Amino acid sequence: MNPTRPFRRALIYGILIFFVIIFLVPAYMVVATSLKDPIQISLKTAWDLPNPVFFQGFVDAWIKFKPNIINSLSLVIPATLISAMMGSINGYVLAKWKFPGSNVLFMLMLFGMFIPYQSILIPLFRFLKTIGLYGNISGLVIVHVIYGLPITTLIFRNYYAEIPTEMIEAGKIDGAGFFKIYGRIVFPISLPGFVVVIIWQFTQVWNEFLFAVTLTSGTGNEPITVALSNLAGGRAVQWNLPMAGSLMAALPTLLVYLFLGRYFIRGLLAGSVKG
Amino acid sequence: MSILNKIKRNKDRILSILVLLPSIIFLAIFVYGFIFQTGYQSLTDWTGVGEPEESNFVGLQNYKKLFTGLLEIRFRQSLVNTLFFTFFFIIGCLSLGLLFAILIDQGIRFEGFFRLIFLYPMSLSFIVTGTVWNWLLNPVGGVNRLPTLFNKDAWEFRWIASRTQIFQFDWLQLPKGIGIILLITLIYLSYRYWKEEKNITAIITSIISLITLVWLLSGGADKIQLLKVPEIHGFNLAMVGIILAAIWQMAGYMMAMYLAGIRGIPEELREAARVDGANELQIYAKVIFPMLMPITLSAMIVLGHISLKIFDLIYVIAGPDNATTDVPGVLMFMTSFRGNQFAKGAAIAIIMLIMVAVIIVPYLVSTLKSEQEL
Repeated sequence: MNPTRPFRRALIYGILIFFVIIFLVPAYMVVATSLKDPIQISLKTAWDLPNPVFFQGFVDAWIKFKPNIINSLSLVIPATLISAMMGSINGYVLAKWKFPGSNVLFMLMLFGMFIPYQSILIPLFRFLKTIGLYGNISGLVIVHVIYGLPITTLIFRNYYAEIPTEMIEAGKIDGAGFFKIYGRIVFPISLPGFVVVIIWQFTQVWNEFLFAVTLTSGTGNEPITVALSNLAGGRAVQWNLPMAGSLMAALPTLLVYLFLGRYFIRGLLAGSVKG
Repeated sequence: MSILNKIKRNKDRILSILVLLPSIIFLAIFVYGFIFQTGYQSLTDWTGVGEPEESNFVGLQNYKKLFTGLLEIRFRQSLVNTLFFTFFFIIGCLSLGLLFAILIDQGIRFEGFFRLIFLYPMSLSFIVTGTVWNWLLNPVGGVNRLPTLFNKDAWEFRWIASRTQIFQFDWLQLPKGIGIILLITLIYLSYRYWKEEKNITAIITSIISLITLVWLLSGGADKIQLLKVPEIHGFNLAMVGIILAAIWQMAGYMMAMYLAGIRGIPEELREAARVDGANELQIYAKVIFPMLMPITLSAMIVLGHISLKIFDLIYVIAGPDNATTDVPGVLMFMTSFRGNQFAKGAAIAIIMLIMVAVIIVPYLVSTLKSEQEL
């Protein structure tokens, strides 16, 4: 109908594809560099395709980073599950058992997720040293559970706010108490909430750096982010190694994003409070 | 029966608070207690030896030194760096995010694919982004070699290694500058209040503007001598590459927020505008953009608090001990944990907290208020 229509379409796709390429350029660089033989990596040929393809970089990176990936896993799994459980029960109370001042209390909790962690880092560092958990993965688990509470509580509170109050009231009339209502009515329909929270916490804790570098540096218990930054920081490196390491560090969260993106975005939007 | 119910009700009420209690205690200690301790440490000369309580109480000395001490030029430049970073980062993310959201909303094919690509950097760690961009921003390789793929000369911008500074200003002029910004804001506010016929507030803001004006004209600002010698600060072009990396990572987030906002606008509204003869451009200008304002505000707050705290990305791209790209987040870490100047580090941390709180607290309070009105 409108003669400008096809032109407009083409322009839209043109701009989008232009940005798709820009967004994929760093990804190309990582993959290409990680598959090169270090003696072939030079600044002048950085954009060339690897020829021949050299897989040894991944083997070396795996040997180097395996302990750190295990550290990260043994940090992420408990930290995620515990903060999700606590967030669920907190959200249940703050959504369905409101008491005078509960909203103000909730805001005071939420403030904890926005603070620059530098402002608690020195006392936290000293505290973990005092209780003997400095440089220890369990210390880091505790830290991530506590500072993860505001966001997990927020997501569950907003999720449970959608449950009709009549359902809770019906439970009360049937004589169900606080825990029974949670166990019989609330928890069974919490699965989507848990998926969002678990994905969110998993990504956050896996990717986290400030706590990790402050509380584990040089102790042998470094998560993958710290190990990767140490390698990239040493300037005279063979660049295939940090690139292969980056791919390994990125893979878990990237896979989660690819397969559960819908829930990932929900967590993302919840992070802006009002969404 | 009713008494029994009442007891039961009360039992549940107590249970509900008991269940919440561990989280409350943890956050009370780990957030508020620790902030209080950091605040106390920032008022001492503690260097990590012994207990902070045993060191000397020096009042606001650490803060005074940071803003006026000759040796603390690096901290002041780190503040300037963060503010420029925040400004360009927010503008970049918002405009790209909005552009992507609008284009994707045009009923195009492969919508899911485009969304996937623009959002994937968001799932990565800043450490991964930093490692990759560190390599991309190498002055003789990476991005600078891109033109050679089209047989053009390589770019010569030195990215992180650049020593060029633009938008320069003298730290001595800071009180005057702040005064002028304050004055403009106040005049604007008075104007708004007059228009909204909030007369009393308008009179108060007008009087304060007048006082500020008199203060500025009488040279009151010049009497505040922050430093003995002029000290030039500005926007270090070394930050440009880091800003690009940060935008690459976060623009998709803004796209998701805007897209959710656009999709939340009822189709009837657009239809009504079309019936009234508005073209697509006018629909965006008159219907959609105004409705996206609250999202833009939330987005600015989210991005602003992220960029004021930025740490990982700069640590990895530019290295933790790089004076040209310093930000308070990195400087605090280096000062405290690598330099053992814990009191000074604590002071930097408190300054960061104040900057973040200035934007976050009003946001949380307004969220709380609007919830209670529901």
